[in-house]
Amino acid sequence: MKKMEDKRPELNKGTVKRLLKIITERYKKHLFLVGICLVISSVVSVSAPLFSKKIIDEYIVPLLGTENPVFDGLRNLILIMCGVFLVGIIATFIYNRLMVIIAQGTLKKIRDTMFSKMQKLPIRYFDTVPHGDVMSHYTNDTDTLEQMISQSLPQLVSSILSLIAVTISMFALSWQLTLFIFFFVIIMLRVTMSITKRSGTYFIGQQETLGKVNGYIEEMINGQKVVKVFNYEDRAKKDFDQLNENLYNNMVNANKFANILMPVLNNLGNIEYVLVAILGAILAISGKVPTLTIGTISSFLALTRSFNQPIRNVSSQANTVVMAIAGATRIFKLIDEEPEIDDGYVTLVNAKIDEKGNITETEERTGKWAWKHPHHDGRLEYVELKGHIEMENVDFGYEPDKEILHNISLYAKPGQKIAFVGATGAGKTTITNLINRFYDVEDGKIRYDGININKIRKEDLRRSLGLVLQDTNLFTGTIKDNIKYGKLDATDEEVINAAKIANAHEFISMLPNGYDTMLTQNGSQLSQGQRQLIAIARCAINDPPVMILDEATSSIDTRTEKLVQEGMDKLMKGRTVFVIAHRLSTVRNAKAIMVLEHGNIIERGTHEQLLEEKGEYYQLYTGAFELE
Amino acid sequence: MIKKLAKSIREYKKQAILTPLSVAVEVVLEVIVPYFMALLIDEGINKSSIDNTVRIGIALVVFTLLSLFFGAISGMFAAKAGSGFAKNLRKDLYYKVQNFSFANIDKFSTSSIVTRLTTDVTYVQHAFQMIIRIAIRAPLMLIFSLIMAIKINLNMSFIFLGLIPFVALVLFIISRLAMPLFEKVFKKYDDLNNIVEENTSGMRVVKSFCLEEKEKEKFNKKSEEIFGLFSKAEKILAYNSPTMQFAMYAAMILIAWIGARIIVTTNSTELTTGELTSLITYAIQVLFSIMMLTMISVMLTISMASAKRIVEILEEEPSIKNSADPITKVEDGSIEFKDVAFSYIGEKEKEVLKNINLKIKSGETVGIIGGTGVGKSSLVNLIPRLYDVTEGSLLVAGNNVKNYDIETLRDAVSCVLQKNVLFSGTIKENLRWGNENATDEELIEACKLAQADSFIQEFPDKYDTYIEQGGTNVSGGQKQRLCIARALVKKPKILILDDSTSAVDTKTDKLIRDAFKNKIPNTTKIIIAQRISSVEDCDKIIVMKQGKIDAIGTHEELIKSNEIYKEVYESQTQQGGAA
Repeated sequence: MKKMEDKRPELNKGTVKRLLKIITERYKKHLFLVGICLVISSVVSVSAPLFSKKIIDEYIVPLLGTENPVFDGLRNLILIMCGVFLVGIIATFIYNRLMVIIAQGTLKKIRDTMFSKMQKLPIRYFDTVPHGDVMSHYTNDTDTLEQMISQSLPQLVSSILSLIAVTISMFALSWQLTLFIFFFVIIMLRVTMSITKRSGTYFIGQQETLGKVNGYIEEMINGQKVVKVFNYEDRAKKDFDQLNENLYNNMVNANKFANILMPVLNNLGNIEYVLVAILGAILAISGKVPTLTIGTISSFLALTRSFNQPIRNVSSQANTVVMAIAGATRIFKLIDEEPEIDDGYVTLVNAKIDEKGNITETEERTGKWAWKHPHHDGRLEYVELKGHIEMENVDFGYEPDKEILHNISLYAKPGQKIAFVGATGAGKTTITNLINRFYDVEDGKIRYDGININKIRKEDLRRSLGLVLQDTNLFTGTIKDNIKYGKLDATDEEVINAAKIANAHEFISMLPNGYDTMLTQNGSQLSQGQRQLIAIARCAINDPPVMILDEATSSIDTRTEKLVQEGMDKLMKGRTVFVIAHRLSTVRNAKAIMVLEHGNIIERGTHEQLLEEKGEYYQLYTGAFELE
Repeated sequence: MIKKLAKSIREYKKQAILTPLSVAVEVVLEVIVPYFMALLIDEGINKSSIDNTVRIGIALVVFTLLSLFFGAISGMFAAKAGSGFAKNLRKDLYYKVQNFSFANIDKFSTSSIVTRLTTDVTYVQHAFQMIIRIAIRAPLMLIFSLIMAIKINLNMSFIFLGLIPFVALVLFIISRLAMPLFEKVFKKYDDLNNIVEENTSGMRVVKSFCLEEKEKEKFNKKSEEIFGLFSKAEKILAYNSPTMQFAMYAAMILIAWIGARIIVTTNSTELTTGELTSLITYAIQVLFSIMMLTMISVMLTISMASAKRIVEILEEEPSIKNSADPITKVEDGSIEFKDVAFSYIGEKEKEVLKNINLKIKSGETVGIIGGTGVGKSSLVNLIPRLYDVTEGSLLVAGNNVKNYDIETLRDAVSCVLQKNVLFSGTIKENLRWGNENATDEELIEACKLAQADSFIQEFPDKYDTYIEQGGTNVSGGQKQRLCIARALVKKPKILILDDSTSAVDTKTDKLIRDAFKNKIPNTTKIIIAQRISSVEDCDKIIVMKQGKIDAIGTHEELIKSNEIYKEVYESQTQQGGAA
């Protein structure tokens, strides 16, 4: 438990300030109104016991024993009460409604900011931060924040206002008794703090262990089939039991302290009430304090009760506030992440090219593209987009001191197919990560149609590159939507054409809803191979001059792959392709094959040349056909 | 349904019963306290009697301390009972899922099982805690407060009777109007989270198609919808507190007006000023209890859906069970399929395997080849009894697989699944899935066979290298080799590789097969592959087509006689094939 003590809940002041700033910035007028309504509502609720005092002291007691009691005065007071209460109710209603807008609007703002920030983050972020962590910003962290803004915040403000109002009235009645109450309040706050500190510590522990248990459940259930194959059930139960027991312990303690807080505060309030009564009675009856009448004491007692209510409210919100601020701190951390920097200024434009090769920029879609390159001296140059890629002495490492690629130089002329082969971890995928600038080179240069890719706007660079990965990511939506992902304004015809090229048309047509089949959970209703076919169609519709295929066909059986390949070969005519594959049948017809080992290109050449060299490629290749 | 859930209370029954009991006592005391407070004013303060004040004060303190005591223990009991119930429920669900067969898992889908074990359990736990505390407290409070009010003055308590149905009705209507909106909001939240999830895992795709803006639009649209629905729902709920205030103020005014008249006209015989104050207190308590009751009804309705989903799992019967007198030893690695047919959902029209007859001798190496979806995986999944055959019979070492003890069978038949996973933990821990008691030497031996030892040795922490969840920090090929090694640690009689070397380069693939041949010659090996090179040196190769065996033979035989095999072979060897 020693370790737990260190994680004592703490309020991050910076976060609180920033959160308040976000709220106040957008809702100044709303907040102003809320403030007024809160004041009215609090004053009214504090005045309620004062009214009953007035009724008893000024109307009931004097009227007692009179022959024909006149109730006019009382009726008038009651009417006033009705009016005051009505105002209070309306004020309460207004601030409740306004708080809804403020809370939901602020949350929407935070959600949207988070997401648009996320879209700007570099791939490195997603490669290093666990996805579950990102997810929990949108779920747990926002949930607690929602609770705090919509419930705790108005509670806190109205409680404080009530406290102020009650304190003033109490002082007016008797400063001696008020001092006594203050003394008691300090005790109550002390108790609250020590209890919430404990429950807070355990609540944080509970959140942590709950995360662990849920994570474990998720991992195990997702691997349940493997668990069965290995008869691992009993061991999986044992580990689970231990985690579950830990969670239980934290949960019991957190809830125990949270549960006893209310009875403790309630009853401390009752004791305070009794003590005030006795003290007041002694003071009044002994006559030492002449201002203290019997009536004053009973109304003071009533105030004592209204004084305890807001204190209870504040205490019960303490945990929510602490947890919400912790969540907000995490959210702000995401929002403050360093975004992907893009200082590229070369853009991709539609172009018209006349017979002499002169390029002019145009608005319409011509099917021809050009790089618009504004030079520093003010000169504007247009370079036709062809797909010429060149790497020159490129070094790279994901971490500064661990270089993965060493001195890579290669080129691909428009329309050439370049293949990367080599053992896993040799750096094949890393090279493709550099071409579309998911990561930036450490040293050396990559040129696209002669332009350093660092000068090209990332969006335009990536638009000119098609990427198909081994792990296919499909999005919730129809198959058509998914293919259109490559070209948002594509017609149905174009979609079907793209699917035909990828050889996906056949199986899509077999589905009951065809192209309108809804895909959910990354297209889990399709096989891995079918998903890859859709990913290829998605890339084909985009019709990019350069394509990167990273094990794009690994899950497609070779017969189908052959068909896809035929379509792709057709599509890729006159375009540049980088292909990574283990199947040598996929890479054999490449213009040049690069054999990578430990981040170095150790061999390069055509299939035939490399076979003749009898080096690593020969070994890889003949490993397959040794028997022949 | 409730009975089924209540079974998970078990050792926390004591607390589950003591909680409502102590809550009941606490409530009684809480109701008595205002009564004594009134007495304190009437008999002590108003009569200027310090004696009375102290006497009643002491009584009050005693009650308060008792109430504190019961309040505290009920809180502790409730914490124990609630957390304990959740613990047991989670455990029951988890244990149940461990007994599920593949067919059971397919039926629910893993993500749905995960939700049931996590979110749904939390909801049901909240509901349970609510039932044993607040669901007891609120009605008791209501009843006792009413009794006390009636005791003070029967006529005055009619005010209560008028207000109760009004408040109950309004609050009920508010919650019923807001609830369907909240349900919609939750669904939209799922959609929103789904977008986030897809974007975090598919960020490469988003960025490479430059669709950040489109995704933002998609997200903002959903976010806007949530904002709209949520605001609408919360705006309805915003009527709650003004309604409560209205009822409270109305009660105060009515009590004050009528009470004052009674006191004055009867000269304090029917009602005293102290009693008037306590009547107001009781009125507030009654109204709050009603608010609690409506809240409980909403919460219970929400958790009902969760409870249903949980019970579905608890009531699911595992579709594969041990036979009565199971065989506990698998003699050798021979396999025989006799007229086997198989369908995932047990329907004849949707058979994925038909008319399978096949004999495999112990120690043989068998390759299986065929397009996607022809039933290769289904065929091998039957051998360790991951699914049961629909028709026909399947023998391992001469005995029907249904007669074996399942654990014995699966220990003897090691299957490297197509969709394989590594678990968070060190490489050693992952390998020991195969055999808990395997020595380090045995692990290294298995890794050498699977050609994994060389790359493991290159890791700084070697065999103690930590594998992240899902094995994200090793490459696809490394993952596959670790999975093969893990299967080898079992020292199985039959080893099945279901497309397990697709990400491994051809050379390493060959080395693995050579190692199998030389080091574990007595193990039956079944290899499903896309590459001809992975199966061509097998003792026999099975070509599958649409759930049937199209041909069985050696590489040389099939290349001459089988169309499918020839076509696949040519697609992989054309052009430079003759070189």
